[in-house]
Amino acid sequence: MIILIIYVAIFAASFFVVRFGVRKFRQMNDFTSLKTVTFGDESAVRPDRWASVISVVTIFLIWGAFTGSKWVPIHAPGPFIGDTEFTYTLEAPDGRRDDATVAVRVFTVGETVEDPVVEPGDGFAKNDVLTVGAWRSQLLLMDKNDEVTRDEGAKVIAIDGKPVSDGQTVAVADGTVAVTAKGSLNFAPTKGMQMEPIWLPPPEAVLSRLIEVSKQGYQNFTLWEHLYWSLFRVIVGFALGALVGIPLGYAMGLSDWFRGWFDPIVEFMRPVPPLALIPLVIIWAGIGESGKIILLFLAALWIMTISARAGVSGVAISKVHAAYSLGASKWQLMRHVIVPNSLPEIFTGARVAMGVCWGTVVAAELVAAEKGAGMMIMVASRFQLTDIVLMGIILIGVIGYGIDILMRKAENWLVPWKGRV
Amino acid sequence: MSTLSIENISMRFDLPNGSHVQALKNVSLEIKTGELMSVLGPSGCGKTTLLNILAGFLAPTEGQITLNGHRVTGPDAERGMVFQQGALFEWMSVRDNVSFGPRMAGKREKDWAGTVDHLLDVVGLRDFKEKAVYELSGGMQQRVALARCLANDPDVILMDEPLGALDALTREKMQGLVLKLWKETGKTIILITHSVEEALLLGERLLVMAPRPGRVHKEYRLPFAEMGAGRDLREVKKVPDFAAKREEILTMIWDMEEEIMGRTEEAGA
Repeated sequence: MIILIIYVAIFAASFFVVRFGVRKFRQMNDFTSLKTVTFGDESAVRPDRWASVISVVTIFLIWGAFTGSKWVPIHAPGPFIGDTEFTYTLEAPDGRRDDATVAVRVFTVGETVEDPVVEPGDGFAKNDVLTVGAWRSQLLLMDKNDEVTRDEGAKVIAIDGKPVSDGQTVAVADGTVAVTAKGSLNFAPTKGMQMEPIWLPPPEAVLSRLIEVSKQGYQNFTLWEHLYWSLFRVIVGFALGALVGIPLGYAMGLSDWFRGWFDPIVEFMRPVPPLALIPLVIIWAGIGESGKIILLFLAALWIMTISARAGVSGVAISKVHAAYSLGASKWQLMRHVIVPNSLPEIFTGARVAMGVCWGTVVAAELVAAEKGAGMMIMVASRFQLTDIVLMGIILIGVIGYGIDILMRKAENWLVPWKGRV
Repeated sequence: MSTLSIENISMRFDLPNGSHVQALKNVSLEIKTGELMSVLGPSGCGKTTLLNILAGFLAPTEGQITLNGHRVTGPDAERGMVFQQGALFEWMSVRDNVSFGPRMAGKREKDWAGTVDHLLDVVGLRDFKEKAVYELSGGMQQRVALARCLANDPDVILMDEPLGALDALTREKMQGLVLKLWKETGKTIILITHSVEEALLLGERLLVMAPRPGRVHKEYRLPFAEMGAGRDLREVKKVPDFAAKREEILTMIWDMEEEIMGRTEEAGA
């Protein structure tokens, strides 16, 4: 909730700073600045690059601030780490009372820690020591060294002078102490507002993990092998899907028999998400490469078929007529008019199909795989290696984005007339 | 002299709801080589249908078309067509568009390169020949379409409102270009238009068609095309006879439109 408020505040503040601060001296007298928002007109609203930059910086800033990152100058209050203490008052069955001090040492999980050394102290309740990891809590059997134990009827009646009964929680310095139902004490140090690394590691931990994994690999394969295999599956699956889907789409666009025959199949398969096919594909083809490639083939096939079909059916009749009256044969019409005319549609389909394939391959690897980006994060999550999970997610995102950029570049290069007719 | 003859053509479209539309009924025409004929008429008079039949895109339900003595059975390079929106191939450069016909006929580049360059000169697009067609303005695209049609050296050129989508100034320039091409090449040209003025300017013969069923209503022989060739078209428009003819034909078409409206109102009532 706090994070959301901070995020909205940065959004609003940077808007005003950029709009009225940075832009104040810049002339805004071109046509687009006068344009009102026209819905559906993409050119009316262009992304403000300042906003994009600030947006990315903000994400890292908030991420860093709430994970105690060394990269970020300001931090949310972190968990308590260090030595603290509290006292408890034990009452013996005969009514005698005695105070004892618990020396607590809170340490960062993963580091070695030594117990603090304390004198046992006077009275029948003896002083105790407790070590507890940050963000954790630790049960203290405070009476195990006391002269009168709980079994003999001793009972904690106050902590730091505040009276308590079983099941209650009281605040002490740098933490809280809960009295359990059985009468023992449970100390939880102050958590602060930062996230524990096991939930969300700081960005530098993800980066160092990336460097480590790229050098040493993970789960018997190098990082590049994991990514390579995911990409390889996508490309092979997509290529096979396109290889079958495009001719099938052409056939459906050109022949009513093909159209009638395949329409029910295509229209039925199109809304089935490829992920729903994973169990079936695993049953049929196992969890090896062939299963994944079959799955991606199926994911790409229908999209490519439909886009090729739309590309063929979408040819303006006047172009067909023009080609015929210029003396083109059927075959020439196909090769010089129908195929190039369908390319923009096919490219749109290819972009969608690549995106779907990339999503599907990761999901398929989550289910079962020996290597691959999805497998990497799945295995890491079993060992609670959140930094590897995050690293994997970021890499998957970056690669998916990269694929789309490459597809767009290819589109601009191969079908420059797209959308300009 | 070879001719394009239209022999008693009728065209009936059956609609999915069981009724049918008589787009053309008993149309007969004889068009001599080198004639420039414009066709005018209210919407629904079947003029586009007639052109599509001439091009071979549609087969008439009755009657037949013969060109130079042989029967027309489908689209062919001997009958070129210029469409309202150009129907250019945007994946090809201007030059590839213009040379489409010769290339499809399997001619080698050295055989067509000269003609294509000459035609690009004629339509004033020499400097644009390597450009993509979608980079050109509407008027330029239409000139590409004209050149593409001419590069194929057809016997008959069919034009389906080729200048309909252009602005007034470009349109006037293009009308001059059409006249010039007609004079220079001596092709038979049949041009459909919505504009009475254009029909008067670009028609040695002017055919006014009437709707329901589509038929030839009246035919004119006009001197303006001859007059306008190589001259300023605005001068032609100032000729008193031009204004008189324009009024006459406009009234004729208005009356037809009124009649259609009246009939629809009756049907609706």
